[in-house]
Amino acid sequence: MKIERREFLKLAGLSAIFGLGGTAIASSVQQTPSYIPDPKELTGKRWALVINMDKFKTDADVKRVIDVCHTKHNVPNIPNPKQEVKWIFTEMMENVFPEQQDKYLTEHYKHMPFLTLCNHCANPPCVRVCPTQATFKRKSDGIVMMDMHRCIGCRFCMAGCPYGARSLNWIDPRPYLDPKKINPEFPTRMKGVVEKCTLCYELIAVGKIPACAEASNGAIVFGDLEDPKSEVRKVLAETYTIRRKPELGTRPSVYYVIGGMKDAGKGA
Amino acid sequence: MLEKALNGGKLYWTWIGFLLAVFGVGFLFYLQQWNVGLGITGMSRDVSWGFYISQFTFLVGIAASGVMVVLPFYLHDYKAFGRITILGEFLAIPAVIMCVTFIVVDLGQPYRAMNVIFHPSPSSILFYDTIVLNGYLLLNLLVGWTCLHAEKKSIAPPKWVKPFIILSIIWAPSIHTVTAFIYAGIPGKHFWLTAVMAARFLASAFASGPALLLILALIVRKFSKFDPGSEAIQTLGKIVTYCMILNVFLLGLELFTAFYSGIPGHMHAWEYLYAGIDGKGVLVPLMWLSAILAAVSISMLVFPQVRKNETLLAIACVCVFFSLWIDKGFGLVVGGFVPNSFEQVTEYWPTLAEFSIAMGVWALGFLILTVLYKVAVSIKEESGGEAIH
Amino acid sequence: MYNGGKIILGLIVFIGLMAAPFIFGLGKGNAKPNPSIDTPAIKAMEKKQCVEAKAVMKTEHMKMLNDWRDSVVRDGKRLYVATDGKKYDMSLQNTCMKCHSNKAQFCDKCHIYVGAKPYCWDCHIAPKEGA
Repeated sequence: MKIERREFLKLAGLSAIFGLGGTAIASSVQQTPSYIPDPKELTGKRWALVINMDKFKTDADVKRVIDVCHTKHNVPNIPNPKQEVKWIFTEMMENVFPEQQDKYLTEHYKHMPFLTLCNHCANPPCVRVCPTQATFKRKSDGIVMMDMHRCIGCRFCMAGCPYGARSLNWIDPRPYLDPKKINPEFPTRMKGVVEKCTLCYELIAVGKIPACAEASNGAIVFGDLEDPKSEVRKVLAETYTIRRKPELGTRPSVYYVIGGMKDAGKGA
Repeated sequence: MLEKALNGGKLYWTWIGFLLAVFGVGFLFYLQQWNVGLGITGMSRDVSWGFYISQFTFLVGIAASGVMVVLPFYLHDYKAFGRITILGEFLAIPAVIMCVTFIVVDLGQPYRAMNVIFHPSPSSILFYDTIVLNGYLLLNLLVGWTCLHAEKKSIAPPKWVKPFIILSIIWAPSIHTVTAFIYAGIPGKHFWLTAVMAARFLASAFASGPALLLILALIVRKFSKFDPGSEAIQTLGKIVTYCMILNVFLLGLELFTAFYSGIPGHMHAWEYLYAGIDGKGVLVPLMWLSAILAAVSISMLVFPQVRKNETLLAIACVCVFFSLWIDKGFGLVVGGFVPNSFEQVTEYWPTLAEFSIAMGVWALGFLILTVLYKVAVSIKEESGGEAIH
Repeated sequence: MYNGGKIILGLIVFIGLMAAPFIFGLGKGNAKPNPSIDTPAIKAMEKKQCVEAKAVMKTEHMKMLNDWRDSVVRDGKRLYVATDGKKYDMSLQNTCMKCHSNKAQFCDKCHIYVGAKPYCWDCHIAPKEGA
C-alpha cells in the first residue's frame, strides 16, 4: 500500500500518543496500597458484656473462661501475687462491689466469686491520663485499646483505673508462659509495659465474639449496646443489672445480672 | 564561672567523693533494674507507684519554694533576701533535675520517654507536668546564671532578665499545682480526690523548701566567708512557721471531712496510715513519727525566742523537713493505693535496690547543688554578697 | 611544648584506641549478607512474590510494619490491599513469618550485618526454627 509521508507521520504520531497514553492508563490500574477492614469483622458502636454469675454451674466453668482468655493472649502465670498479670479474674462479690458490702447481704451472693475485667468504659479515666495515648478509646467500636509499642510504663493508667483492671509487666513475662500452651498467633508483651483485656479485638476483627463469652456457655453475653436489637440490649431490658462504681461517671460497659437465683447452679 | 567548683579544701572533696560513691551504687542498682525490670522494687499490681514517684512529688515542692525568696525581693523590694535569691534559684535547679530523674528511673520503658513529646496528649496531666517542669528548669538556669554573672562583675543584671524573673515567680506555683492535679483528678482514689490537694501541696512546699534553704544558708555561713544574713534567715524561719501551721491545718481539714462524713472510702486510707487495717500497718510508726515531728517543730517555731536561737531554729527546720518528707513521701502516694480498688490491703515498702537507686538520685541532686553553691558562694565572697536590683 | 611528653603519649593512646577495630579487622573480609528464602511455604508458592516488590521491601519493611501496626491497633483495619491488588492480613507473626519462617537465615542475616537490633521479638513470637 502506497502511503504518503504526511499520512505516515500522522499515523506514527497518533500511535505514539495512544501507546504512551495506553501505558499510563494501564499503570494507573495498579493501586497505591490501602488499608481496609476485614469484611468478616463484627461492627458495633459500643461493645458491652453482660455477665450472669448465676449461670456458671461450677468453679471449673469460671476457671475455663479465665484460662481461655489467658491462653489465647499469652498472659503469663506469675506466682508472686504482687507482680501477677491478669486480664480476667475473680474476686468475692463484696470486693467487686464494695459499696454493696453489708452484713445482711444474702449469703448466696456474699461470698460468690465474681468475674471482673476491664470495663471498657465510655468515659475512661485511664485514657484521660495516659501521656502518650498508648491506651486509647477506639472511635470505631469503643474498645479501650492498648498500643504496646507506645507504652512507656509510667503506670498513670494503673493509678487512674478505679477497677484494678490493669497489670504492669514488672519482669520479663516469657519465662512464665507454659511452652505447651503458647498461642503463636498472638504476641506476648515485654517487661515495662501495662496490659489488660482488649476485648478480643483480634477476634472481633475477623467476625468472632470474645473468647470469654464464647467459652461461657451463655453466662457472658456480648453485643453492641447501641444496637437496640442486640443480645445485650435484650438481656438488659429483661433483667436488673448493676455495674461497678457507676457513681464515678466512667460509664462502664460491663453489666452484672443480679437476682438470677433461679438460674443458680450448685457450687456457684 | 564553673571553674570555681574545682577549688576546694579537703572537706569539700571528701563530700564530693561521698556523693559520687552513693551515686555510683545507685547507678549499679539501676543497671539491675534496667535488666530485670521494675520487679526489683517493692511496687506491686496494687501499689503501682512507690518511692520514686513520692520523691518526685516531694521534690517538686522543694523546687517551687525558690519563689519564696525571689518574690519578696523582686516584687516587694525586700532587700534582706537579695543576698540569697541565688541560693533559692540554685536549689530549684537540682530539685527539678531530681524530679525529672526520678520519673525516668520509674518508667518501665525509659527508651520511649520521648513518646510524651512525639504524641502530645493534652488530656493528660503528665503532659503539662513535662512542660512546666522543663520550663521551670530553663528559667532558673537562665535567671540564676545571668544574675550571678552580673554579680561577679559587680554590675546590675541586664534588663531583659526582669520579665523572666517575673515569669519564674508565676511559673513556680504552677509546677506545684500541676503536680497536685496528677493526684487530685483521679476518680477511683478517694484519698486523693480532694479539692485542697493543690493547696496542701503548696503549703507543704513552702514549709519544707524554705526549711531546707534555711539549713543550707546556715551551712554556707559556717563553711565559707559569705554570710547570708541573720535577717534573711529569721524571715525564712517565719515563713516556715506560718506555712507549717497552714499545712497541719489543711491536714486537719482532710481528717474532718473524712471522719465526720463517715464515708468508708474516705476514711480507709487514713485508717491504714495511722492505725493499720486488719493488722497490716507497716507505715503506722512512720506516719506517727511525721505527726510528732510536726508537733515538735510547730511548738518550737511559734516562739520568737526559739527562732532567734539559730541552733534551735535549725533543729526545728530539720523536724519540718523530715515530717513533710514522710508525709508527702510515704503517706500521700502509698495511702492512695491502700486499700486497693477491691478494698483489699496490699502493703508497700521499698526494697534495698529501690532505696539505693533513690539515694543515687538524691546524691546526684546534692552533687549539682554543691557545685552550684560553690560557684555562687565563691563569687559572693569576692563581690561582697549583695545582689543589685 | 609544655607537657609534651603527656600530650604525645595521650595522642598515641587515642589513635591506638580509635584505630584498633580497623586494625583487628584487616584482612578479614565481611561478606555481603545473603538472606535465604528457602522455606517450605515459599517453596510451595508458584509465583514467589512478597507483599510488595523485593526492592521496596528491602528499604521500606520497617516503615511498612509501623504503618501496619498503627492501622491494626489504632484504626481497627486488618487487611492490606497491596499495589498489585492482592489482600493480606497485616500481621508480622501470621503473614510475614508464615512465609519467612527461617528468621535466623533471613531476618537476622542482614540485621546482624548492619548491627540493627530490632526488639520486635521481645513481644512478637518468632517462628520455631526448623519448622
